[in-house]
Amino acid sequence: MRTSTFSIVAFAIGLAVIVFTRVFFTNEYFYFAAYVVLQYVVLSTAWNILGGYTGYINFGISAFFALGAYSTVVLHKLPELLHDTWNLTIPSIPMPVMILVGGIISGVIGLATGYLTLRLRGVFFAIATLAMAIVAQTLIVNWDYVGGSRGIYIIRPAMAPLGGGYIQYLYSLMVILAVMSVCIARWIERSQLGLGFAAIRDDEQAAEAGGVPTLRLKLIATTLSGALMGMAGAPLPYYVTYLDPTSSFSLAYAVNAVAMPVIGGMTSWIGPVIGSILLATIQQLATVTISSALNLLIVGLLLIAFVIIAPKGILGVVEAQQRRRATRLANLAARPAQ
Amino acid sequence: MANSLAISGVNAGYGSVRVLENISLSVGHAETVALLGTNGNGKSTMMKCVMGLLRPTSGTITAEIDGERMDLIGRSTEEIVDLGIALVPEGRRLFPKLTVEENLLLGAFRKSARGAIAANLDSCYETFPRLKERRRQLAGSMSGGEQQMLALGRALMSAPRILLIDEPSVGLAPILVQRTIDKIKELKERFGLTVLMAEQNFNQAVRIADRGYVIVHGQIAFEGRDADELNNNELVRKFYLGL
Repeated sequence: MRTSTFSIVAFAIGLAVIVFTRVFFTNEYFYFAAYVVLQYVVLSTAWNILGGYTGYINFGISAFFALGAYSTVVLHKLPELLHDTWNLTIPSIPMPVMILVGGIISGVIGLATGYLTLRLRGVFFAIATLAMAIVAQTLIVNWDYVGGSRGIYIIRPAMAPLGGGYIQYLYSLMVILAVMSVCIARWIERSQLGLGFAAIRDDEQAAEAGGVPTLRLKLIATTLSGALMGMAGAPLPYYVTYLDPTSSFSLAYAVNAVAMPVIGGMTSWIGPVIGSILLATIQQLATVTISSALNLLIVGLLLIAFVIIAPKGILGVVEAQQRRRATRLANLAARPAQ
Repeated sequence: MANSLAISGVNAGYGSVRVLENISLSVGHAETVALLGTNGNGKSTMMKCVMGLLRPTSGTITAEIDGERMDLIGRSTEEIVDLGIALVPEGRRLFPKLTVEENLLLGAFRKSARGAIAANLDSCYETFPRLKERRRQLAGSMSGGEQQMLALGRALMSAPRILLIDEPSVGLAPILVQRTIDKIKELKERFGLTVLMAEQNFNQAVRIADRGYVIVHGQIAFEGRDADELNNNELVRKFYLGL
């Protein structure tokens, strides 16, 4: 399917899902749980653009995610600040704008980290991104305006656009974000850009020698990946209503966003989608039925199981099966009739 | 229109290790020049310097493409590919997990090459019919000889004027080495290429080369103006063939 057709279909499905759920699901908990699942669809898809397509493993997910969230905190407090200092009155900033700003900020941070770290390869790049997450957290901890280490309370607006409660609104935005990130990932995969990314993953030096502008492509990947992560994080303050550095920079976001594509399959856009829906749903179920403390354990066990049994993820298993069937059919066809 | 390459007084190395010492060589229009030498003498380093993958500490590298003379030092690899110089890297360096066709398309990644991509792909498949048969196959699953053909095909996808080939014989059976060398000669004639080929396999390289240089410890030890001069030279026999 062409990218434009796919995008139109995907957005149509997204809208249908929003309308359907909001008409038929009245239980608020559904929206809280679905929001988290969708947030991981965005996060793991974003991670996969860099990690899966170019092969650069980023462990700094929580930094991009939390910076998106903290940009929302700043924007949330902006009208008050402007009023107090310059006696300027502006209306409170709408959520889609905050998402956009969060995306831009994390995208710029992605570009900057890319520029500083992409000369490193393999494990050294991974370590550098991990260090970046720690630096970003330290900055936020020491920034009093956004709450510092004690955190900050964000009061949700009483009224949500599009009717319904605010959580339904956040959920609807997250559906759109998820559809958007999947469309971007799929477009990359089928474009010249994706071919260049795959070349970097396969043999970066050969790609460079052949005239593929590797540094520029890697910067595009870090920027896009970072921007989507920031967008996923931007609505977080309104979702949790209390944001603090320890939980927003939690390593759990990083572990999950890496584990989901690995479990789903990293070579295609559908892998992270499968992985995140599966894993995040299991986690939500476990949180309700057993305990939220179990979440990381589940991820850890599944990750170990997949690395041993199916290192190419669910997608790899399905593809291997299809290949086997195709060979069997080909063999059958090749056999002379008896 | 003339296409040629001139390297003059090039010094280069990695960190504090000096590899090339005052190398000067030239490749004239439509010539095939062999750069001969055993492992570790600087052949690949020379290739990297031309492609802008390694910056020489001193010296000049100039190319004449379609009659226009240009300095190559300081240009990025992409720009150099854009100008019309392509490298077939040592050990082929394909993208093993991508298909044959994707490998070929990556040879024409630059915008300037993308316009003619369909025509170049056709002519590539015409030159290497085997690649067309296997275009959906993963490059890594092909035999060594086929992989070398793909590496040559990929370099041709950018429609180069000057082709650098680094050790085409590496890892190939003797019969395939012979076929690869024949193919290089065929390509050169068919596309009117100017070829600089680094090679250890003296006899095979000399078979198609118009001229040759012998490189020993990063210095040009001998320049042979034709195959005979290379074949009947004391220095070559002593240092290189060990006779």
